[in-house]
Amino acid sequence: MSAVIDDHGHADHAHGPAKGLMRWVLTTNHKDIGTLYLWFAFCMFLLGGSFAMVIRAELFQPGLQIVEPAFFNQMTTMHGLVMVFGAVMPAFVGLANWMIPLMIGAPDMALPRMNNFSFWLLPAAFLLLVSTLFTPGGGPNFGWTFYAPLSTTYAPESVTYFIFAIHLMGISSIMGAINVIATILNLRAPGMTLMKMPLFVWTWLITAFLLIAVMPVLAGCVTMMLMDIHFGTSFFSAAGGGDPVLFQHVFWFFGHPEVYIMILPAFGAVSQIIPTFSRKPLFGYTSMVYATASIAFLSFIVWAHHMFVVGIPLVGELFFMYATMLIAVPTGVKVFNWASTMWQGSLTFETPMLFAVAFVILFSIGGFSGLMLAIAPADFQYQDTYFVVAHFHYVLVPGAIFGIFASAYYWLPKWTGHMYDETLGKLHFWLSFVGMNLTFFPMHFVGLAGMPRRIPDYNLQFADFNMVSSIGAFMFGATQIFFLFIVIKTIRGGAPAPAKPWDGAEGLEWSVPSPAPYHTFTTPPEVK
Amino acid sequence: MMRHPHVWMGLLLWSIFSQANAAWTVNMAPGATEISHAVFDLHMTIFWICVVIGIIVFGAMFWSMMVHRRSTGQVAAKFHESTTVEILWTVVPLLILIAMAVPATATLIRMYDTSEPDIDIQITGYQWKWHYKYLGQDVEFFSNLATPAEQIHNKEAKGEHYLLEVDKPLVLPIGAKVRFLVTSADVIHSWWVPAFAVKRDAIPGFVNEAWTRIDKPGIYRGQCAELCGKDHGFMPIVVDVKEKADYEKWLADRKAEAAQLKELTSKEWTLDELKERGDKIYHTTCVACHQAEGQGLPPMFPALKGSPIATGPKADHLHRVYFGKPGTAMAAFGKQLSEVDIAAVVTYERNAWGNNKGDMVTPKEVLELKQAESK
Repeated sequence: MSAVIDDHGHADHAHGPAKGLMRWVLTTNHKDIGTLYLWFAFCMFLLGGSFAMVIRAELFQPGLQIVEPAFFNQMTTMHGLVMVFGAVMPAFVGLANWMIPLMIGAPDMALPRMNNFSFWLLPAAFLLLVSTLFTPGGGPNFGWTFYAPLSTTYAPESVTYFIFAIHLMGISSIMGAINVIATILNLRAPGMTLMKMPLFVWTWLITAFLLIAVMPVLAGCVTMMLMDIHFGTSFFSAAGGGDPVLFQHVFWFFGHPEVYIMILPAFGAVSQIIPTFSRKPLFGYTSMVYATASIAFLSFIVWAHHMFVVGIPLVGELFFMYATMLIAVPTGVKVFNWASTMWQGSLTFETPMLFAVAFVILFSIGGFSGLMLAIAPADFQYQDTYFVVAHFHYVLVPGAIFGIFASAYYWLPKWTGHMYDETLGKLHFWLSFVGMNLTFFPMHFVGLAGMPRRIPDYNLQFADFNMVSSIGAFMFGATQIFFLFIVIKTIRGGAPAPAKPWDGAEGLEWSVPSPAPYHTFTTPPEVK
Repeated sequence: MMRHPHVWMGLLLWSIFSQANAAWTVNMAPGATEISHAVFDLHMTIFWICVVIGIIVFGAMFWSMMVHRRSTGQVAAKFHESTTVEILWTVVPLLILIAMAVPATATLIRMYDTSEPDIDIQITGYQWKWHYKYLGQDVEFFSNLATPAEQIHNKEAKGEHYLLEVDKPLVLPIGAKVRFLVTSADVIHSWWVPAFAVKRDAIPGFVNEAWTRIDKPGIYRGQCAELCGKDHGFMPIVVDVKEKADYEKWLADRKAEAAQLKELTSKEWTLDELKERGDKIYHTTCVACHQAEGQGLPPMFPALKGSPIATGPKADHLHRVYFGKPGTAMAAFGKQLSEVDIAAVVTYERNAWGNNKGDMVTPKEVLELKQAESK
């Protein structure tokens, strides 16, 4: 590969960013917007995390100590909504904004003004959502899955704000996805065929199609809620001839692909990082692409495995059980490929690699519990218990979140022009690793022993493990403040980063200087 | 000693899984029915499959991490594909999954066979209690949380069955095939007793079916498993499984009680008698929302103390309790409580916490309302 780098410092000034606050409000630069997305996601990560701290503080001991059940429900709901829509998804969009143009040799995203708009919708959406906590009657309290009729007939008045917030987030995501697809399909450097694209670009392309397919379904779902609440329809009300189970079908038709929306970009990032620190090409590139596409396809036909106990007919139950079990095959292929990439490599364990390896192992543990949950008769025992909470936190925290941390450490030198402090990075990893496992592993146990999820108080038999979970959660939460410190320290100084700080790295993003100039690839590079 | 590390790992796992200390329980219990044992076996099979795959994959990764390090002078190999292994690790997992799907399918088919029950129980979820109706037996009752509020608010020591105890458990006989017809009066709940491996969502407008046949007498406990609002964590399920003869006696006693309750409607009640009865009803049925001192949790759950309804005309008050307020959490208690209990609770509310109206609603007035409604 070759790259054309404009390294004439003076010319850069003429095309540099605007000064002051308006730079960020009006920017159409993919790097600025990527930075905005990442900072926004991190703020939401801390906010959603603080809700989790309230939950874990209440569950520290049996009995009601800190919050009332009504507020506890608002905390579980807001924690889920903020983490899913505010932290994980925007963080990946931020990474996409920063890295996709750099990885495919494009000067910017294909639709820069829309890019600006899709970001600025998000603060508005979350202002609307979080403000409901201060309204009389409180914020959304029906869980992030907001099942009707709890979220319609029995909802607090703030549900309308929640619906509009979801609409705004959906519009933002759809625009973001259109932008990613337009960029990848149109702006690749000459010579970069689809099957030469870095895997992060591939997984994002597939993720973007998932987003376009399912965010409108979510929009339809909340619109039906709005109609039921304010305009006298009965989509989800049995009393009016509607169907509460319809809600769940529609929601999970969105919700299951959504799960993959939150993990596929992490798959991509890890597929960049593991080869770099193994100093060996990714094993099975082609099968990685096809496995990702298969997972995306299967994600559309497994939604009812979230509903094994709602009473769907036997044949439906069997279909969704088999389809769900099938997902283990392409997911297994990916894990085997990562392990084989490491096999006989020349491994080093810088912070991105630590997070990536932990990702593979801990995500697999989440995959194992997912396979257990797929077995419908066994799911009758797991459904709606802490076993499920353990499962999806294992795929989301060491999955999505560790994927984001790995990406952040991997590309921080490119973004800031400085190397992060390796010792502090490793410390952040180990504290996160221990805290996360301490929090979520015992949840498997209490779930199997019979503790339902979303309860503010519990029988004494669950007390010990809940205390362990809470201690782990406080540790994990505090550690993330430490991450903020590491990032700020890296932005403000540190060893200057060369264009390619990792000797095993491949890809166009390493052909531009660090920090990446405000405008890159104004002349497309040639990919051979 | 260390020549067989897998033996030691097996022993370690076994000791974790078999320890008796309940507070550190790490696994599902096999339960009390044939089906629950089958489910437990499925659970353990898939668990051990995952453990074996995990040991192989993570073992290979850890081997790499120990041996294939740059610091040990390792030079990276160049290979990056192998069609043979890739086909192998697609096909082998597929075969394992098929092997797993066979017993899972068989168990699921048995769980779905609700035909030819000996006893039918209709289970209705309410915010936040369960209602049990013995179909064809004229026996029905609500089952409320029995844990005192003092324990929940840490003013008293918590009992062994904290949050898993009710005033009236569901009573079933051993050996009979019991079919549950599960539905809901308001939001979605989920009726779950782990020892039976029965979990079914209670959905308004739907009747879901499940069944069980319990082999051993005893007390079995469970909880609502679907988020159903504020007190989702406070609507446990207790099933008291008795020998056949004990069950028959219990059922006969309940029928006699029901007959007695009907007589109470025609009895002449005094204000104090109604207030005393209403006090008890209020503190099991109404207190979750309207709170112990009638102060409510505004704006979701309005106060009754000094409220326009509770201090206004008694006909309006009775109407609100009997028919509820559509579109809110206020349910139509005419369908949940007996005439006596409605009269008692309305009378209590009109004369408690400084609402000193001094008037009363009699069971006969409630009966008249009921008769007017059914016309």
